[in-house]
Amino acid sequence: MKLPSLRIYALAYLLFLYAPILLLPIFAFNDGTIIAFPLKGFTLEWFGQMFANDTLRRAVGNSLIIAGSTAVFATVLGIFAARAGSRFRFPGKGPIMGLIMLPLVLPEIMVGGSLLLVLLSVGIELSVFTVILGHVLIATPYTIAILNTAFSSLDVSLEEAAYDLGEGKWSTFRLITLPLVLPGIISSMLIAFTISLDEFIIAFFLAGNEPTLPTYIFSQLRFPKQIPMIMALGTCLVALSIILLTIAEYFRRRGIAKTGGKDTGGFL
Amino acid sequence: MAQSAWSRIKHSEAANGLALVSPTAIYAILLLAAPLLTIFAFSFFKDGYLTVIREVTLENYIAVWSDPIFRSILLRSLIVAGLVTLATVALAFPVAYFLSFKLRPERKSLWLFLITIPFWTSYLIRVFLWKVILGYNGVINSGLKSLGLIGDGRLIEDPIQMLNTVGAITVTLAHAYAPFAILPIFVALEKIDRSLLEAGQDLGESKAMTFLRVTLPLAMPGVVAAVLIVFIPTIGDYVTPELIGGGKLPMVANMIQAQLLPLDNKPMGSAIAISAMAVVALISLGFVAMNRRYLRGAK
Repeated sequence: MKLPSLRIYALAYLLFLYAPILLLPIFAFNDGTIIAFPLKGFTLEWFGQMFANDTLRRAVGNSLIIAGSTAVFATVLGIFAARAGSRFRFPGKGPIMGLIMLPLVLPEIMVGGSLLLVLLSVGIELSVFTVILGHVLIATPYTIAILNTAFSSLDVSLEEAAYDLGEGKWSTFRLITLPLVLPGIISSMLIAFTISLDEFIIAFFLAGNEPTLPTYIFSQLRFPKQIPMIMALGTCLVALSIILLTIAEYFRRRGIAKTGGKDTGGFL
Repeated sequence: MAQSAWSRIKHSEAANGLALVSPTAIYAILLLAAPLLTIFAFSFFKDGYLTVIREVTLENYIAVWSDPIFRSILLRSLIVAGLVTLATVALAFPVAYFLSFKLRPERKSLWLFLITIPFWTSYLIRVFLWKVILGYNGVINSGLKSLGLIGDGRLIEDPIQMLNTVGAITVTLAHAYAPFAILPIFVALEKIDRSLLEAGQDLGESKAMTFLRVTLPLAMPGVVAAVLIVFIPTIGDYVTPELIGGGKLPMVANMIQAQLLPLDNKPMGSAIAISAMAVVALISLGFVAMNRRYLRGAK
């Protein structure tokens, strides 16, 4: 029979996907300076080291500012594009949407490298702000993908009813559309936040001397002494990502249920 | 009532759509299209000390393409990206098939969610974990040692050298891009009208033949999308060759980064980037053209 063997294969595949991540907590709590078996005792030392680290604290601060701003701006830009894309036909729609969605496939080194050239030749100094510019660019396609589902499962007749009852364009959007797509918006913000928090290449090119979490981690990987602390940090980062994604998924599903759409599953 | 031409334009669907998309479009034009054009323009400029001489020349391209190091790095990148694409798509197809055909609808979104989680969690950490796993004193070698399999006269003499090989880079990237391949294939499989499969079997085809003659051709748009969405970003990967290849097996992105940042030769870096992207675009277009007959019906 074919059915059970396919299921076993899929489960094995899932295990393969998660295997590296499962190692994180094991070594984050392991009382040994090298990452190897057999395990030594249990320790919280690496987490303590993590909290005592000043550069790391600054990196966390920067990353939170960048991720928060990215979440807001990418979602706002995503709302415009998803709304236009799912409701209107207009000339040049294909090329325009294609350009907006391009960062999905374009290697990040192209985005980061080309932005770096322009920023430097225009004379803008590299900072947290320039990282936000790049992150908004790469997060927007994902927000559009999520918001598209939210907007396209929205029933047009609800908005038409509001127009007929005398509401204007903006108040209809605020009173009818927005509450219905709000779960989609929250989900999109959380995804954009997670993308930005984990993004390395663009931050590496555009952050100048400011550390972000990933660039800080990258700079520490050369020092074997720091590895256990990085494992502890990675554990926190992965745990945070999973929590944010779970909340995002919850809101995405609620949004679809609210607008009466069918769950096609997944973010894309 | 006579409407002025302007107000007709203002209230047309096209104008509304364009007005609405304009903030995002302008952002993408300013921060994506313009930079890409700049990098294209820079690739024809000359590098002066600390400045760029704006004088159109093909020197950079001639230098790039006559450089055997560039050619071997590009070749390595293409081979790695090709292997990674082959591995991810081949391994992902059965999973996508399982998700689409063998799961009850209410279980699908849970599985999809579980598959996408690792894809969203820190890429850098996941790549680094492979270094920890494959290292000389890493998880695999130390695990084998504590099982008593490594040592003089044992099954394996010395710890296995896995890092700094093309194989290790391939495994790491294949793992990193796995979910990328599942989603487009899954979407294509979901679109298949199930009655077509029944029709195939009613007309006397075996299960395997139905799969080959109905399911697979209809899934091809998803497979093509999966190939492109894995192949193109993999070619431009920077982190994995740096961490897993130990910097000794650079790929194109490492070369671009070295020219743009430490060497500060922006025209040369641009020329490398444009050359690599041109090659990738050609291969991708060729691949799409090869599969045109499957894609035509997809619209």
